[in-house]
Amino acid sequence: MSLSGAEAQETTLSQPEEARGGLLRDAVRRLRRSPQAIVGATLVLLFVFVAVFAPWLAPYSPTAQDLSQVRPGSFPGPSAEHLLGLDQLGRDELSRIIYGARYSLIIGIVSVTIGATVGMALGLLAGAFGGWVDSLVMRGADIMLAVPSLLLAIGIAALLGRSIISVMIAIGVVNIPVFARLLRGAMLSQRESDYALASRSLGVTKGRVVLKHVFPNSLAPVIVQATLALATAITEAAGLAFLGLGSPDPSIPEWGRMLAETNAYLASEPLLALWPGLAIVISVLGFYLLGEALREALDPKLRR
Amino acid sequence: MLRFAARRVLLLVPILIGLSILVFLFVRALPGGPETALLGENATPERVAQVRELYGLDRPVYEQYVSYVQSVLSLDFGTSITTRQPVAEEIARRFPGTVELTVTAMLIAVTVGVPLGFIAARRYGSWVDNLSTAGSLLGIAIPVFALGYLLKYVFALKLGWFPTQGREDSLMFRNEHPTGFYVLDGIVTGNPEAAVDALRHLILPALALATIPLAFITRITRASVLEVAGEDYVRTAEAKGMTRPVITRRHILRNAMLPIVTVVGLQTGLLLSGAVLTETVFAFDGIGRFLAQAVFARDFPVIQAGILFLAVIFVLVNLLVDLSYGLLDPRVRTR
Amino acid sequence: MRNLRRQGVVALGLAGLLVGTAACGGDSGTNDDGASGSDEGGGDTLVFGASADPVSLDPAYVSDGESLRAARQIYETLVTTEAGGTDIVEGLATEWEADEAGTEWTFTLRDGVTFHDGTEFNAEAVCFNFDRWYNFEGVQQSPSVSYYWQTVFTGFATNEDPEQGESLYASCEATDATTAVIELTAPSASFLPGLALAAFSIASPTALEEFGADEVTGTGEEPRFDGAYGLEEAVGTGPYMLESFEPGNRLVMTAYEDYWGDAPAIETIIFRPIADGPARRQALEAGEIQGYDLVDPADYEALEGAGYQLLSRPAFNVGYVGINTAKPPLDNPQIRQAIAHALNREALVQAQYPEGSEVATQFMPPELFGYADDVTEYEYDVEKAKALIAESGVANPTIEFWYPTGVSRPYMPNPEANFQAFQADLQAAGFTVTPQSAPWNPDYLDAVNTGGAGLYLLGWTGDFGDPDNFIGTFFRTDQPSWGTIPQEIQDQLEAGRTETDEAARTTLYEETNRAIMEQLPGVPYVHTSPRLVFAENVEGYEPSPVSIEEFARVSFSD
Repeated sequence: MSLSGAEAQETTLSQPEEARGGLLRDAVRRLRRSPQAIVGATLVLLFVFVAVFAPWLAPYSPTAQDLSQVRPGSFPGPSAEHLLGLDQLGRDELSRIIYGARYSLIIGIVSVTIGATVGMALGLLAGAFGGWVDSLVMRGADIMLAVPSLLLAIGIAALLGRSIISVMIAIGVVNIPVFARLLRGAMLSQRESDYALASRSLGVTKGRVVLKHVFPNSLAPVIVQATLALATAITEAAGLAFLGLGSPDPSIPEWGRMLAETNAYLASEPLLALWPGLAIVISVLGFYLLGEALREALDPKLRR
Repeated sequence: MLRFAARRVLLLVPILIGLSILVFLFVRALPGGPETALLGENATPERVAQVRELYGLDRPVYEQYVSYVQSVLSLDFGTSITTRQPVAEEIARRFPGTVELTVTAMLIAVTVGVPLGFIAARRYGSWVDNLSTAGSLLGIAIPVFALGYLLKYVFALKLGWFPTQGREDSLMFRNEHPTGFYVLDGIVTGNPEAAVDALRHLILPALALATIPLAFITRITRASVLEVAGEDYVRTAEAKGMTRPVITRRHILRNAMLPIVTVVGLQTGLLLSGAVLTETVFAFDGIGRFLAQAVFARDFPVIQAGILFLAVIFVLVNLLVDLSYGLLDPRVRTR
Repeated sequence: MRNLRRQGVVALGLAGLLVGTAACGGDSGTNDDGASGSDEGGGDTLVFGASADPVSLDPAYVSDGESLRAARQIYETLVTTEAGGTDIVEGLATEWEADEAGTEWTFTLRDGVTFHDGTEFNAEAVCFNFDRWYNFEGVQQSPSVSYYWQTVFTGFATNEDPEQGESLYASCEATDATTAVIELTAPSASFLPGLALAAFSIASPTALEEFGADEVTGTGEEPRFDGAYGLEEAVGTGPYMLESFEPGNRLVMTAYEDYWGDAPAIETIIFRPIADGPARRQALEAGEIQGYDLVDPADYEALEGAGYQLLSRPAFNVGYVGINTAKPPLDNPQIRQAIAHALNREALVQAQYPEGSEVATQFMPPELFGYADDVTEYEYDVEKAKALIAESGVANPTIEFWYPTGVSRPYMPNPEANFQAFQADLQAAGFTVTPQSAPWNPDYLDAVNTGGAGLYLLGWTGDFGDPDNFIGTFFRTDQPSWGTIPQEIQDQLEAGRTETDEAARTTLYEETNRAIMEQLPGVPYVHTSPRLVFAENVEGYEPSPVSIEEFARVSFSD
């Protein structure tokens, strides 16, 4: 086959690119009209902004203590200097919540990245090769999905010991089968699509079709899933921290851990339990709303 | 139907084998190996040698796996490091509590979620609809343990309507527990006060646990009722002049059932793992709390057995869901 | 309209579910008539919130507070302490005396005492128990199984471990029904106060044999008690007898009809294990329990405000930052001094401990003889700490600092909070701190006891009123947790143990305390007086510095 021939085929096969552009433009248009998407995106942006600019936004260091302000069981509540009050070691609660966003965001992104890249690689292998590779990957995914995700994450994190890295790996691994299945499913349906069949019939190699066309066109559900997985990752990380499976350094302001700590002061200082709870709800809600809106926007069935 | 069921059950075999391998490898993946898992990190060399001998850790891995499967099949999960009791007994003793909690939570989720989702769909865009949508979003976003604290603070500590923790009042120590399901035990032994007491201990943890399935059930009910209501046969029925209740009963509810049953089944399985957090918040003596304590104390025989046990239950619940499809929808059977 | 009505039904249904069950149970939620489900009447059952299950109800095998608390109600010891103090008073023995050499002790026993199983308490029963402990073998000799025997009597008839010292106990002879003569191999100052420990409870020989109390298998770290004794059976002479024990749920005891002393006022005592401190408080507030121990200082004010009684147990403990002096850079004395100067102990004690707690200067409480007022003190001074680090020649010192999880002790109600406060202090002085944590039992204690931890949080509550029970326990023998302890200190402590003259002992222990604080194998920071809480109508509970507290003296006021 001549080189120019291949190029010619490329140009004649520009249709899926256009479709993708169309889909994207369409999706953005839909998103801009959806209140769900706007609220979700706003919350996510707020969360990311707070996480990224934490050192500039936080009025104090999250670990700076002022023990002289604290007596057993009574911590100064909200005031002009400390908007959310002080915690049990005389640290500024607002600054801890703000820095806590960093840990949530980092844990969320790293774990979803682990889950998505490994999962996609496996899904790609399964979808591209089929046959025994496909069976192997899919049966492996079935087995992992047979364990409820939180339980699997708890098991892995317990196995790896107390650290933030363990939490990231645990949540990441739990996400692998989800992404593997998703990408494989999407690729199978794309592989049967007209343009893929057309390319094959024109003699383009299988690998090339997969990499250049099938794979990119299968990404939409992956993006949706990644956004939703971020929401779950934040809740699960908080749950693991709540069970004592986070960083061994207790001064690190993880929201889940802060919430678990305040159990001791629940009756006298319920506000200290409220702030990290609210922070978790807001960030989870943001990613969830955005993910759902993306799903609706990218769903070809809804395209009219 | 029988053939469908048989095929579905056969499909279970590789999953169960895979699970057993996963859980078997789990402890062997520990840095320091299973010796560390069984003895903790500072064991003496003699102790390590003893355990290696006892568990046959010097033999080839596949032989170890075979003997692991044999012991699991004979319900021998080893001894808990913290309680020093056989793990199988510990799990068996706590399982009824978790089942009681899960079933109560699911009952709340279904009895509230299905009508709510239905009303929301039939009054699409109304305030009920908006409220239920917002509520189910919140239900999904709020972590179970945060909600648990909130419920405990308001209904147990401030209002004092419910006990804060546990499965029954300590003063009822003369209650008998022939089944291990405390509410049922109260009824069976003719002790209505004990049944009511056990029920009161169930309400708050069940409510906390019910939020996520409640949210999903409400959403899926609303979505499927909306979809079915738009189908041709419903429009035909309407055109034929059938009354609304009849349409609802004959067409909408029946056809919307399938996705609802799916979600109920899937969520029931997930509740078992959600119980880890809820039972911890309410010091409810079930498998979840036992597992959480084991994680805290690095009690690996319990973690290993607990995960295997809950995963098997999860798989079996999903099997039941699949089988019930076959009953609800004849098309599934023939595929 | 129709739809509206239907929504109403749903809402009403949910509300009904909530309110209905709340109302049904409303009356059994309050503590007094809560027992209406049982045949027991109003105020004759007291539920106490324990922090854990007893490990065993055979006190010979335990050293944890919850096991000892339960044992204290079921069993009695030859001698005991005066209520609320550490002075030795009569128990099952009414008189005792030692011979000139201090090795032969004659105990005159109380007459007319019976065990819960109806068998007679006499000198033979006493000797049976002592011989049983002395003849422990195999797993029974593990330090975790027979801890207190080894603390007071060191060794056994046949020591499994050749390193183990010779037994202080030689023999016991029942010369008549009410006279038991105990021979020791050497004089010991801690023998008599030691006998007040619940571990030396006299149990029914018949029951011990019948229910296999000596059937212990497993290993030292993981002993398994195979006999029914200790779990299903426990037979002593105490005011209460075991009714039922369901681990994880509750331990029930009822008054013993034929008790030789005053009959207890409350018929039934229930110990309910609630591991979580906040959960204990919540259970008290909900009326599910009527009292609990080791109240979180954070809760004092609120509980008092709500009308509960807080009872203070005299300070008889020490909380310290332990240092493994064998681990670099902690082997450097200047680094240790820098650590001591870096820690703001006053601020921590003020912020986390109840009023009345004292900042510690040495490893034992001021109430005890042998306490030295003039030990080297290391005041809080960050600059001095930095200067000492510079002098030490250690550049950028890095320290592994350990704290336990899942535990609350009187000397550290919240280990995580203590850790974070000290972590910040050390960082401020220029140390790099690597946090390390492990579950209290067994991982944390293992790591500390095997010398795996560099800097660690720990403490001690005294078992009986003798300095040997504090600094003797810590430093008399080599222990990996401290690294190396100079031989002179060990020798001085050994001398203090065998010396029988009180004045000489006082001087000896004062000197030793000065030497220890010069050496600085750790930084003691607090003596605290832990508190118990009880419902308003509970009377007669007398806290004891050594936790010898009897529920038999407790009653309800109305």
